[in-house]
Amino acid sequence: MNGQRVLEWLNALDRRWIFVAIFVAVSIPVLTQATFPEKPTLLTQRMFDRIDALEPGSRILLAFDYDPNSAAELDPMATAVLRHACLKRLKVYAVTLWPTGAPLMDRKLQQVVEEEFKDQKYEYGKDYVNLGYAPGEAIAAKLLAADISAARDSDVRGNPLGTLPIMEGVKGAKDMSMIVSLSAGFPGLKEWIQYAGTPYRIPIAGGCTGVAAPQLYPYFPNQMFGLMAAIKGAAEYEAAVLAAYPETKDLPVRGIRRMGPQLFGHRVVIGLIVLGNVLHFWNRRRTGR
Amino acid sequence: MKRFVPMLLAAIVGWVMVVAFFAPPLRSWQQTAEEWFQVIAAISLLYGCSNLVLHHLKKVSDQESGWGYSVVTIAAFLITSVVGMLKLGVSPAENAARHPWSGAYMEEGSVFWWIYEYAMSPLVSTMFALLAFYVASAAFRAFRAKNTEAIVLLVTAFIVLLGRTYDGTVLTSFLPDWLSGLTIPGMTMTIMSVFNTAGQRAIMIGIALGVAATSLRILLLQDRSYLGSGD
Repeated sequence: MNGQRVLEWLNALDRRWIFVAIFVAVSIPVLTQATFPEKPTLLTQRMFDRIDALEPGSRILLAFDYDPNSAAELDPMATAVLRHACLKRLKVYAVTLWPTGAPLMDRKLQQVVEEEFKDQKYEYGKDYVNLGYAPGEAIAAKLLAADISAARDSDVRGNPLGTLPIMEGVKGAKDMSMIVSLSAGFPGLKEWIQYAGTPYRIPIAGGCTGVAAPQLYPYFPNQMFGLMAAIKGAAEYEAAVLAAYPETKDLPVRGIRRMGPQLFGHRVVIGLIVLGNVLHFWNRRRTGR
Repeated sequence: MKRFVPMLLAAIVGWVMVVAFFAPPLRSWQQTAEEWFQVIAAISLLYGCSNLVLHHLKKVSDQESGWGYSVVTIAAFLITSVVGMLKLGVSPAENAARHPWSGAYMEEGSVFWWIYEYAMSPLVSTMFALLAFYVASAAFRAFRAKNTEAIVLLVTAFIVLLGRTYDGTVLTSFLPDWLSGLTIPGMTMTIMSVFNTAGQRAIMIGIALGVAATSLRILLLQDRSYLGSGD
């Protein structure tokens, strides 16, 4: 097959070949479990440093504003931040503005707090609480900031909030050290900034999907002190935790693992763009337009 | 009257929110309005659900094209609702052992949890994962250097794509620290935090002005578009 025929074949390329190329590219690092070093960018490092500077016992509201659609990107962030909170012995108030986020939040608390840190005697109701799903979208964020009892009267286990030791001295998120929202869209980090962080002057950081990141950059650094953008953000946060707490080296780092498929996937996409443009210029020369 | 009363209610609540922002003694009114919002949101959810069922029932009854999907939608909706409301497979809560329905509807092992875990979760994850294949296909067919704007977009995409992976770090690792802004990750950061942020801020300011103008029309009883077109 000469060059001319190759170009003609590529010109009429069936897109199923592209699907196969992506499948193979992503499968290689998944099967080989290849990992690559990560260096936190400014936004992730700022977020890590600010959380790391909190005193043990400080309160942090962790919002799981995502669903299974975006769990691949946001679950590793949730693990990394929760792990960091446990290492720092922070009091964690978990909540979600997404009805489909509640089971993910439940599972994450179980995996990290109850399994990874089971020897640390992290006690439910005293050191962490699962507030469940707060309906009302952006308004729920505002209510949670001002008065949690106006948005939720009990936790997911049915305990009235007033009976939980962790709620002593806490009316709303405004009494906490910070809010961290892991957000896949609306309602999410943007609404936490607009309805809770800025009006009540609560420091806010978070994580988001790759497509949402460009919309959140304008809030940094004045209204949002840090951001984990996409799976790279998760990997960077994991790298920061690993660097500061080497004792966590045996714990799973899914963000860093998923950077392998991302690297190979991006290589294929770049290759396809180059190939597409070679064909474009070849077609132009051939047709004289 | 049918339109005036809802418009008046919306305007009153809107004014309460505005005035309470500047007058702290009225903050309790503001919070009450916010709590009402939750109640109204719950009622609108019921309205939305019944609308969904009616819409798909009509499609089935008229045997419109794709009516089979409507059957699946109605069946999925009814099964999930009934299972969730009856809390099938949920054990009583620890602090209310005598009340069989006191457990959480999403409790691990319950039927609702099973549907979420083994039906909804894999289905939506699969739908999202398929995007990668279509993005790659679109990149091949549509990302062409046809004019100056397309070339700028192409170069930016290359830098950001590389900058979000280890390749970007390796390719320009030979540059000294004082030239870190010229590394691919450095350029990615500049694109995102300078050019992207400038564009995003412009869009956000434009949207905010539009929201302010519409809000003012609602407060002054001049806007009725949010009530829908039918009388």
